[in-house]
Amino acid sequence: MVKYIVKRILLAIVTIWAVATLTFFLMNLVPGGPFLSEKAISPQATAALEAKYGLDKPMYQRYLTYMTDALHGDFGDSLKQRGRTVMSIIAMKFPVSARVGGISVLVALILGIPLGSIAALKRGKAADSVISVIATCGIAVPSFVICTVLMYFFGVKLGLLPTMGLQSAKHYIMPVIALSFYPTAYIMRLMRSSMLDVLGQDYMRTARAKGLAGGKILFKHALRNAILPVVTYVGPMLAYTITGSFVVEKIFVIPGLGGEFITAINGRDYTLIMGTTIFLATLVIVMNVVVDIVYKIVDPRIKLK
Amino acid sequence: MKENPLSFQLKLNPEDFLPATDEEKQSQIIMRESVSFWKDGMRRLRKNKVAMVSLVVIIVVMIFSFIVPSFYPYTYKEQMKGANNLAPMQYSAEEQARIDAGEKVFPHIFGTDKMGRDYAIRVMMGSRISLLVGLIATCIILVIGSAYGSIAAFFGGWVDLVMMRIVDIIYTIPDILLIVLLSFSLKAPLSNLATKPGFHWLNTVGENLVSIFVVFALLYWVGMARMVRSQVLMLKESEYVTAARALGVGNGRIIKKHLLTNCIGTLIVTTTLQIPSSIFTESFLSFLGMGVAVPLPSLGSLASDALNGINTYPYLLFIPAVLISLIILSFNLLGDGLRDAFDPKLKN
Repeated sequence: MVKYIVKRILLAIVTIWAVATLTFFLMNLVPGGPFLSEKAISPQATAALEAKYGLDKPMYQRYLTYMTDALHGDFGDSLKQRGRTVMSIIAMKFPVSARVGGISVLVALILGIPLGSIAALKRGKAADSVISVIATCGIAVPSFVICTVLMYFFGVKLGLLPTMGLQSAKHYIMPVIALSFYPTAYIMRLMRSSMLDVLGQDYMRTARAKGLAGGKILFKHALRNAILPVVTYVGPMLAYTITGSFVVEKIFVIPGLGGEFITAINGRDYTLIMGTTIFLATLVIVMNVVVDIVYKIVDPRIKLK
Repeated sequence: MKENPLSFQLKLNPEDFLPATDEEKQSQIIMRESVSFWKDGMRRLRKNKVAMVSLVVIIVVMIFSFIVPSFYPYTYKEQMKGANNLAPMQYSAEEQARIDAGEKVFPHIFGTDKMGRDYAIRVMMGSRISLLVGLIATCIILVIGSAYGSIAAFFGGWVDLVMMRIVDIIYTIPDILLIVLLSFSLKAPLSNLATKPGFHWLNTVGENLVSIFVVFALLYWVGMARMVRSQVLMLKESEYVTAARALGVGNGRIIKKHLLTNCIGTLIVTTTLQIPSSIFTESFLSFLGMGVAVPLPSLGSLASDALNGINTYPYLLFIPAVLISLIILSFNLLGDGLRDAFDPKLKN
């Protein structure tokens, strides 16, 4: 077990390092550096700027400096937002995204698990067909389609919900629906198939033969086993929520990290792009490791390789 | 003749050597042709109504995006004066005058956009781009993934170990972030390349699209590689592989001829299910403005452009939005159907 955890963490560290290195060199591929797009500036000013940001040093030295700084949580200053460090921007924007994303993940789990179970228990009945159709359609609809359709009907046509910002609880409704739509559909499908699998197992028959009450069989024997695949999905779901937030935050004008990332790309704010990428990648990778380890602990049947 | 009890001689019966009677010959005739893998799969697929409907939808969408634009009276970049923001089936003043004069004017089925371009042809071109991206990206993934997975599984040992660790690392990298980064940093080198002779096509395709392909080639094959690896691991223990090796067949030929052809079911299913996810990613990127180059439309960028006029011209948004969902849904359902037909074991 310890060996597995150590191996997993080492792999994660290598991955994070690979992402950071890749990010650094990709950003340096852009010719002329970040100051090219500005108006014509004197050579002295360019030199001064380059000296300030350390761009006059050779590549490997810059790489080492960037990596050591990044290890200390310092991603440098934002190039466009004067006088603010990348870390302070992330620290300010990320909680907003995390709140919306967290609520969406919870909604997906709360809706997806029971609905998927119901579909499996009522296999072949009307409830099953309805849930299956919703689930199949749900994974086929891109998040921007859901966002725009929601916005048109509830925001524009009916005027029920506010279309931008995050000032009140009401503001959360549409972004959360848009963000949790795909994961909910996916969990429903996952839960349905794993529940069907579990229901066919021998121990279910044994439990019924022992005369256990239906509820007890369902919660103690079926659900606990069927829920395991959903646990593994939490990692990818998180990655999805983060990338999904790019679109959702852009459309609903939410002051979160996803929207900030898009703005940084359009504004060519190199340091902010690099910092955000490394931060988000690290987050996803770390969460994946945690989920994997939790999964191994929760399910002792899985042999540790 | 005296029989030796220790003799190995067979006791032959002369009657066994008589010519076969007609009745006996009859039993040797194959009444029904043996059902091949393909026929069996196709038969099962044909019975699956949902998959067949999706197949029809896909074919119709393909006809509309690849064939119809070639004889459609408008082009996707033609801007008509005075025909801005027409509602579906509406004519501009100039066109109305021509109709009154007795001329025939092809209607704008989906209206026009704010630049006065016929929206129907733009949607068709958009779905052409989306489908092309899905198909080309999937081909790249198929080639790289199956080669990588089969090599890792076939050679096993430390080769497998190292190759699969690389897959593990790539698997955990959040792909969208990397696509964004790559499309950003590949822009300049690619536009440099586009000015060189022989690479002018890069301008029409757009640097972003090329970098999307690069990213697919770099990152997305890992799922396919894992799938193929697990299949090949199982297949390489089969007798026919041993037999082939005994005959002196080289490794490359065994992989190509014996292993990959035998996991064709898995390959078909994984490939079909990969197409919608590639289209999904492309539309997502186009929506964020990181997809195809400007005059070319893609369903994602059409939806993105229409977002500003959502109050007044909602149909400009809904048409591409519905179409992209329909394409992804059909490919998903067809993939599910193919899985049931060709690879029933895969179904969980």
